[in-house]
Amino acid sequence: MPKRTDLRSVLIVGSGPIRIGQACEFDYAGAQACRVLRREGFRVVLVNSNPATIMTDPEWADATYLEPLDTETVAEVIERERPDALLPTLGGQTALNVAVELGDAGVLDQFGVELIGADVDAIRRAEDRLAFRAALDEAGVPVPESCIVSSPDELDGLQAPAVVRPAFTLGGTGGGLAHDRAELEALVRRGLHASPIGQVLVERSLEGWEEHELEVMTDAAGNCVVVCSIENLDPMGVHTGDSWTVAPQQTLPDAEYQRLRGAAFACARAVGVATGGANVQFAYEPETRELLAIEMNPRVSRSSALASKATGFPIAKLAALLAVGYTLDELPNDITGKTTAAFEPALDYVVVKAPRFDFAKFGVSDARLGTEMRAVGESLGLGRTFAEAFLKALQGREQAPRELDLSRRGEPVPERWDLLLEAARRGLDLPGVHPYFADELRAIAEAEATLGTSAHVQAAKRFGLPDKTIASVLGVDEEEVRRRRGPPGRLAVDSCAAEFEAKTPYFYLSYEDGDPTPKRSRPAIVILGAGPNRIGQGIEFDYCCSRASMAFRRLGYESVLVNSNPETVSTDYDTSDRLYLEPLTLERVLDVCELEQPAGVVVQLGGQTPLSLAPGVAAAGFALLGDPLSAIERAEDRGRFGALLDELGVRAPAWGTADGADEARAVAQRVGYPVLVRPHHVLGGRGMFVARGPEELELSEPALVDAFLEGALELDIDVLCDGESAWVCGILEHVEPAGVHSGDSACVMPAPSVTPALEAQIGELASAIAAGLGARGLLNLQLALHEGELYVLEANPRASRTVPFVSKATGLPLVDHACRLLLGAGLGELDLPARAVPTRAWAKEAVFPEERFANAADRGPEMRSTGEVMASGATVSVAYARALRAAGRARRGGSIGQALQARA
Amino acid sequence: MMQNVRPAHLVLEDGAVFAGSAVGAGGVAAGEACFTTAMAGYEEAATDPSYVAQVLAFSYPLVGNYGVDRTRLESERVQAEGIVMRRARPAWAQWLASQGVVALEDVDTRALVRRIRDGGVLRCALGEAPVEELYARALAEPPIDGRPLDRVVGARQPYRLGAGHRITVVDLGTKRSIPRRLAECGLEVVVVPGSWDAEAVLETDPRAVLVSNGPGDPAVLDGPIETVRELLGQVPLFGICLGHQLLGLALGLETFKLPFGHRGANHPVRELRSGRVLVTVQNHGFAVADSGEVEVTHVSLNDGTVEGFAGDGFATVQFHPEAAPGPLDALPFFDLIASTCRSEPIFALS
Repeated sequence: MPKRTDLRSVLIVGSGPIRIGQACEFDYAGAQACRVLRREGFRVVLVNSNPATIMTDPEWADATYLEPLDTETVAEVIERERPDALLPTLGGQTALNVAVELGDAGVLDQFGVELIGADVDAIRRAEDRLAFRAALDEAGVPVPESCIVSSPDELDGLQAPAVVRPAFTLGGTGGGLAHDRAELEALVRRGLHASPIGQVLVERSLEGWEEHELEVMTDAAGNCVVVCSIENLDPMGVHTGDSWTVAPQQTLPDAEYQRLRGAAFACARAVGVATGGANVQFAYEPETRELLAIEMNPRVSRSSALASKATGFPIAKLAALLAVGYTLDELPNDITGKTTAAFEPALDYVVVKAPRFDFAKFGVSDARLGTEMRAVGESLGLGRTFAEAFLKALQGREQAPRELDLSRRGEPVPERWDLLLEAARRGLDLPGVHPYFADELRAIAEAEATLGTSAHVQAAKRFGLPDKTIASVLGVDEEEVRRRRGPPGRLAVDSCAAEFEAKTPYFYLSYEDGDPTPKRSRPAIVILGAGPNRIGQGIEFDYCCSRASMAFRRLGYESVLVNSNPETVSTDYDTSDRLYLEPLTLERVLDVCELEQPAGVVVQLGGQTPLSLAPGVAAAGFALLGDPLSAIERAEDRGRFGALLDELGVRAPAWGTADGADEARAVAQRVGYPVLVRPHHVLGGRGMFVARGPEELELSEPALVDAFLEGALELDIDVLCDGESAWVCGILEHVEPAGVHSGDSACVMPAPSVTPALEAQIGELASAIAAGLGARGLLNLQLALHEGELYVLEANPRASRTVPFVSKATGLPLVDHACRLLLGAGLGELDLPARAVPTRAWAKEAVFPEERFANAADRGPEMRSTGEVMASGATVSVAYARALRAAGRARRGGSIGQALQARA
Repeated sequence: MMQNVRPAHLVLEDGAVFAGSAVGAGGVAAGEACFTTAMAGYEEAATDPSYVAQVLAFSYPLVGNYGVDRTRLESERVQAEGIVMRRARPAWAQWLASQGVVALEDVDTRALVRRIRDGGVLRCALGEAPVEELYARALAEPPIDGRPLDRVVGARQPYRLGAGHRITVVDLGTKRSIPRRLAECGLEVVVVPGSWDAEAVLETDPRAVLVSNGPGDPAVLDGPIETVRELLGQVPLFGICLGHQLLGLALGLETFKLPFGHRGANHPVRELRSGRVLVTVQNHGFAVADSGEVEVTHVSLNDGTVEGFAGDGFATVQFHPEAAPGPLDALPFFDLIASTCRSEPIFALS
């Protein structure tokens, strides 16, 4: 069936702010859909409240609404835009829920909007446990025994252990595994509260079973293919988003795998997936060969992003095209250019996904994983051996646990796979691990041991050991390992195991003979990505990297991206000229640079991750665009930065360094209480805190102690600079008083407290600091206004978290400008207006994982938010109110006027 | 991992040398190098009789992950002349060794696949012998096309399984799954040697005859082609893979050698009557050329080659509806056979 001609405009609903269980995979999905539907000639209307997304940049849709994702608002958009169809399958559960509500409210019927990609009944069947069970029973696909509970009174006769699953929630929110009766009652109460329809399912516990997932695509002609199989390394009982996973599945004999495949199709048909992607999850008991369907998502999901990146099969793009009438066999496989999309990818490599957790941010010391997702990010490793993929994923997390309590290796703790690997090295048993994966862990230990005696570096590389491990085993430095091992090969992620020549430039590195060198015509620029999402380094940085990639292409360069985060737009092979899915370690980054011989490497756009690699990249002789190292050093070294501020006659809070509590109290005595204490190398462990007296100043490691400007008003300033002068792009005023981490504070623009005189002062200050640092590109300043005086808290010569917000509020492509500055242009060449003026009043509000962590929304100096929303209005107050609404937050203490006054 | 490494090589007729380590039996093996892109089902693949005279490389790098189970074998032995892998699990490697199969691991199989893809099918030899010897051995290996194979596979004596209406399978190297699937459809399956002539086949009194898969160049199988030609019109005839090619030849169509064959579990085929796409399992180096004289029922979406045809009293498929290993999308082909057997005979048997 060809493209439908009765549809002219399509409304796409995004997924809103980044939350645990619903992250930037939906920016990736939605951006692909926008691009491809516009290319097909549809008018695309987009609603999303998340400013940090690429899809909400003006180029992506014909009309973009940065608005709250609630029924009322989306209904207004529908009334205004009159789209012919609503595509709800690319915006996660949020978009599906909005679609169902719009259907229920009669809005879709009223305005003649057709739901495409999924229908309301299918969405309900997938989410409503009872309907799901009924549909699957009819299709002959077994599901775990269960019963529906809509009140705590209905628990009589129910047995523990059991799993509690609230209906219609994200990432298992409010659910869990109850081991005894008391836990069961508590979980049911919590689940009923979490479920928007007040319904939970109490289900037979399958704890310890194997867990498998299949990503399937279906079209209107009834064709069904499996894009990817995913096997969880952690057993049932750990949410798949928190589990380490491997693709393709490794341990099922083919006939068993085909049972899963058949059941997945039966499931998709039974639920009624109209077209597009769906994810089906199974529990499997290898002894009895019992196979049960656990869950299905009739939409693009986190797993489909993973499957897309793992195979090269662009699920979201195809889902959008299938929704408008095409069938799989009518669509080309863009990787081969010759074959069609109606096929199942064949991999000739292994893909391992490692979750990243930030428990310490929420003060959880004894974290255990369960059926409710807690991971905040993930890294993907591709390799020709399991070891290579596993170790890449492990390194890509950028998170090594501090201490390993091996006695807990059988428990569902977040560092379980670190523990298991170490246990394998020590020859201990590996409880609860499938024998195949246990053998692979032991093989890693054995390879390390063999290397110690043979010193055969090439063999170790071919097996998959990272340079860092080899260096530590051999007692040499990584550079020496690099010299001995030679370069890796560049292998294409081609969806066909090299059976056909790949056209798309999507690669990973391994120690094989590389694929033919891609043709090059222009100089290359390597952009280092941000790695896995984490609290404090999220989608905003991927936005900057992706945007820069597109900008450099327009500026006549070939853009090259390196990133390991499968959820992102930056790891979409359409975003760059060449994509390397590799962990952001010096080893892999230098390998990419050696292959690419770039004209420059960009390290300022991916947050802290690329910055920490910058010295190593520079030392290896590769040019860093914008020459950022000295500026970073000047900004980060408190002594030098303080001296610079003194020289400029700029105020900063008094400060000192302390080696422990006694010294810290001495510093506090000198600068005066209250003080803000930041332990050095804050690594998710104990973070910053405010001490109001000596008794609150407990400290066991070196720290910086700053005078804390109680009640100050904080300003976030994003600046473009060319090494000599600066141009202020935006001044954001924090709603929360000083002491709340800038990433957690609500902000408004224009800043109500900033007078024209103050604005001029800030402009001069920015230029002076930019010149003093010698910064090029983007610079972020954190200022405080305290008792009428301006203080400089921090200067960060790199892209900040607020760059996407400011870009949207001002309509200026800040990253594009920054790219030109990085290439050496002066501010005068950029055609900038005299001053940046927000298009309307704008506000952003942070979103916290309150439903996962009890104290998540207690705003303090330690950042805890996972994402943000943006909204606009005629006045700052209206914008702020709308932002609160978009964040799903009841208004705190009335108007922004009150909020601002309360602070003063 | 590096204990007792037995350095070995795979040498192609074009002189390309791939290093690896021997993990199977000692000695040297030779044949036409081919690759499968299926990611699981290594036991089924290695024991598929269609791999006679071929050296099978797995493009998926991890082989042997779930051990060896005799119930999953597709014949009584490993049929490929040699096995080439990136990484083999010890139990699987030991089993290959116990079967006397020369097998290599640590081979850059992706580079090998690229070579075969770009250069076409290549003869090769592998083992621990010196590279020069392997090279000479590769060159000495006769090409598969245009010659009968030295080794005859398939039943030497007839046997039967299942109960119901009878179908006779002419066994030119059938995978066990084919008669098994037929039996599961409620048929009595009589498997007879591929050397039987039409008269002998008809003496089994079948409701239909299926010509099986098997190795080698179909064009040189004069005896079976003649058998099929005589059977046409006397009994409903079905063919799978080699059987499909033999029916084509018997109908006067021609076969040709594909550049590097279709081997894998992800081959999309369009079923022309329904328009639907089936993901099929394939293992063939030759194909039937479309002459326009016979109704083509299935076409490869990858390269447009004929994947099945049908006519009065016959229907064939080039792919493997029995899968093993791979997707079961084409399983209804057996239902078609079963319903044919269950309906009244269309042809009067003399």
